[in-house]
Amino acid sequence: MTQKFTLNVNGIVHTVDADPDMPLLYALRDNIGLNNPHFGCGLAQCGACTVHLDGQPARSCVTTMSSVGDAKITTLAGLGTPEKPHPLQAAYIEEQVPQCGYCINGWLMTAAAFLRDRKKPTEAEIRDALSGLKCRCGTHISILKAVKRAAEMMG
Amino acid sequence: MTKYEKMSSLTRRSVLLGGGALVVSVGAGVSLETVLSIGKAHAQGIKPPLTPEQLSSYIAVNADGTVSAFFGKMDMGHGLHVAIGQIVAEELDVPFKNVKVIMADTAVTVNQGGASGSTGIQTGGKQMRAAAAEARRVLVEMAASQLSAPIERLVVNDGVVSAGDDKSISYAQLIGGKYFNVQLDWNKQYGNPLYAPGKAQLKKPSEHKIVGQPIKREDVAPKVFAQENFVTDVKVPGMVHGRMIRPAVAGSVPVKVDESSVKDIAGVRVVWDKGFLGVVADREWDAIQAAQKLKVEWSNTSLPFPDQSALYDHIRNASVRKRQIEKENGNVDEAFKNAAKIIEAEYEWPFQSHASMGPACALVEIKDGQVTCWSGTQKSHFQQQGIASTLGVPVESVRVIWKTGPGSYGRNDADDAAMDAVVMAKAVGKPVRVQYMRDEGTGWDPKGPASVHKVRAAIDASGKVIAYEFMTKAFSRVDVNTNGSNPIDTLAGQSRGADLKSGDGFGIPAESYAFENKRAGWETIPPLLDRSSPLRTSHLRDPVGPQIHFASESFIDEVAAALNVDPIEFRLRHTKEPRDIAALKAVAEKSGWQSRPSPRRDQAGNKVSGRGVAFAQRNGTRVAIVAEVDIDRSTGKIWARKFTVVHDCGQIINPDGLVKCIEGNIVQGVSRTLWEEVTFDRKAVTSVDWLTYPILDITETPREVNVVLINRPEIAPTGAGEPSIRPVAAAIANAVFDATGVRLRRVPFSPDRVKGALS
Repeated sequence: MTQKFTLNVNGIVHTVDADPDMPLLYALRDNIGLNNPHFGCGLAQCGACTVHLDGQPARSCVTTMSSVGDAKITTLAGLGTPEKPHPLQAAYIEEQVPQCGYCINGWLMTAAAFLRDRKKPTEAEIRDALSGLKCRCGTHISILKAVKRAAEMMG
Repeated sequence: MTKYEKMSSLTRRSVLLGGGALVVSVGAGVSLETVLSIGKAHAQGIKPPLTPEQLSSYIAVNADGTVSAFFGKMDMGHGLHVAIGQIVAEELDVPFKNVKVIMADTAVTVNQGGASGSTGIQTGGKQMRAAAAEARRVLVEMAASQLSAPIERLVVNDGVVSAGDDKSISYAQLIGGKYFNVQLDWNKQYGNPLYAPGKAQLKKPSEHKIVGQPIKREDVAPKVFAQENFVTDVKVPGMVHGRMIRPAVAGSVPVKVDESSVKDIAGVRVVWDKGFLGVVADREWDAIQAAQKLKVEWSNTSLPFPDQSALYDHIRNASVRKRQIEKENGNVDEAFKNAAKIIEAEYEWPFQSHASMGPACALVEIKDGQVTCWSGTQKSHFQQQGIASTLGVPVESVRVIWKTGPGSYGRNDADDAAMDAVVMAKAVGKPVRVQYMRDEGTGWDPKGPASVHKVRAAIDASGKVIAYEFMTKAFSRVDVNTNGSNPIDTLAGQSRGADLKSGDGFGIPAESYAFENKRAGWETIPPLLDRSSPLRTSHLRDPVGPQIHFASESFIDEVAAALNVDPIEFRLRHTKEPRDIAALKAVAEKSGWQSRPSPRRDQAGNKVSGRGVAFAQRNGTRVAIVAEVDIDRSTGKIWARKFTVVHDCGQIINPDGLVKCIEGNIVQGVSRTLWEEVTFDRKAVTSVDWLTYPILDITETPREVNVVLINRPEIAPTGAGEPSIRPVAAAIANAVFDATGVRLRRVPFSPDRVKGALS
């Protein structure tokens, strides 16, 4: 049976009817119509569906609707805009990171929370923080350069 | 202005009406007034036909002076569209920013082969260059007439033709918004070999101002700000969601389907046709639930696969379906009889999966006799044919619109998803979007073939190599074809009973090592399961290249070590090809290579380091790489810490794009070498997600990939999308040998296997 849920996504409040066991990912993509995050595995193994719930990275493909509560949801589109990019977005463009780009939500949303909480991280700390995220095109070299660049921008 | 635009604004009707020939021809003295505007031409359906011999099939000058370049290939993430834009801008003499490259929409591009064989620039760019040059020639001829000036006096800058005496006219004024109707000299080939030049002379490389520049991709920002729609994001009104149901035992088919088991899920419909079984529902989550809950009774079938532990024995013992010697000189058998010493080794490579970042997705709409498919395919024009064949409709009534997919490295699951969507859209009479689940993306995509390579060398008493033999025995590289033009090459076609025809093919090492007696060839064996097999093979990035060169470049190192010769020195002794020599010498210099034989013998303790070299050609491109690795003997863990990559693909169009492309090749190559192996049991493939098909983690990523580009402007560009992945495995294996004295001959070099080999 579906229930009514109120979701605050990137500062906009939406009401959706959904199965309480349905992953948040499908509400964001299908009910609300966002083109981000992406379905990669449905198993919390890759990160392509990552969003922030109250600022913390969460894999929306395994986050049930009933568990979202009143958490504020931020997706990649809510991280920054071309006019006001997040430092990671600016760095990603500068370093020309993505190839297919399908993995991008995982890296950017995870790194954004990490760099907010950890100033001037070492490369080893960056690698550990991003461990487990998948990029199949093999853009890891550029990802590391971009995250380091963003870390410098964020002081 | 985006560099990356798809022609979604064209109506299907207008495009498909483009069969009538325009009877006027610009550049032949016909007044422009007789050429209708693009908008009007579309409305009246008199655009020149979309055929390879029409200039308008490649280049159009828009009313505002911008240029549309219609490209029958697509970008798989390397920024190919930027390079094509540079090539077109260069030959046309227009600013780069004014060129829009429109890729792989079958309604507005001709079949240039799709993304295939690293030919985006090599053959695709060659054609776009010729077309752009011809467009310029025609425009200058038109300007001469308009300005009443001799052609020799005309110069072109930024799309403006000037006669040098205040008289000038722009491309927009000459033809903006109207079509070229200019015949090209087409070689009558479709696909990668398509070539249709005009009469124009191409610019000399010394005149190039845009080609060779490091221009950035303009499609990165839309991705970073979530403004680009992937194929997974396309929606049309009335669309329903489809999911497939695959058997737990490969080869079995549904014999009973209990539709009442999903009756509680809103709007579910079951689509069942022989071995084909799928569900659709209005909502995506409902379709996923229905696919999981549907009760199905499957046919009994014999277990299709051997124990995985017996895979390589199976290959060795299997009947040979085709044998081909691709290279032979001298008398190899005689030379081996006369050898003072024979060195031989066998190398093994597993099945590997594309395991694209996301499983495939496609959307198919059948409406008013027209079929539209949005797909991440690498071969949209071939897919168009396959869809037409499946539905029994004319190919002209099918349009395939390529959209960026969730990663693509060859013939992955994209064509299968599209055909599944076609079958279900036809069955339910609604547009159907199919997105596979993760287990299908890894467990059911076409695989790179498993192989065994037997290599031997005959050495005479003086230590000279007098004979060399390289033989592969393997599954074919093409159980299913590399495109979806024939339904038999898709799961939908196979599961619905199409007659099968598995192709045979493999390959041999691409190098220039000269031995007076040399033989290289291959043998293919039958597939384990002939129909709807999750281990069916097709092309995975650099098809069979990583396998073959793992073996051949490891073995060359083994011979060098046996003869106590430095590995680079040994390779240089056996090649006379100047570009190969240059690449090898450059990689030695740039990596700080110390000349000495392997292995090094100066390390004690658990943590050891080594360096290894490998070299390969690929369709004209040369790659020499040095890997520097660290190994922890106690865990068996390898860190491929640093790569030096010397890359020579002739003329470089965009050095920045090229470096990124090579970095991706190296990292993916490390992943395939250290981790990747499709696992299976007697029933099915058991690699179904990222835990059961691990790939390289960022904590294991090389610290440095130092790419050294050799630019040869005078040599026509060759490919870069794949060549640099092929020597990676051997370079790592050779570095492990250098560090430890132990030779790894089976991929992947997972920690357990390495630890076992070292103990």
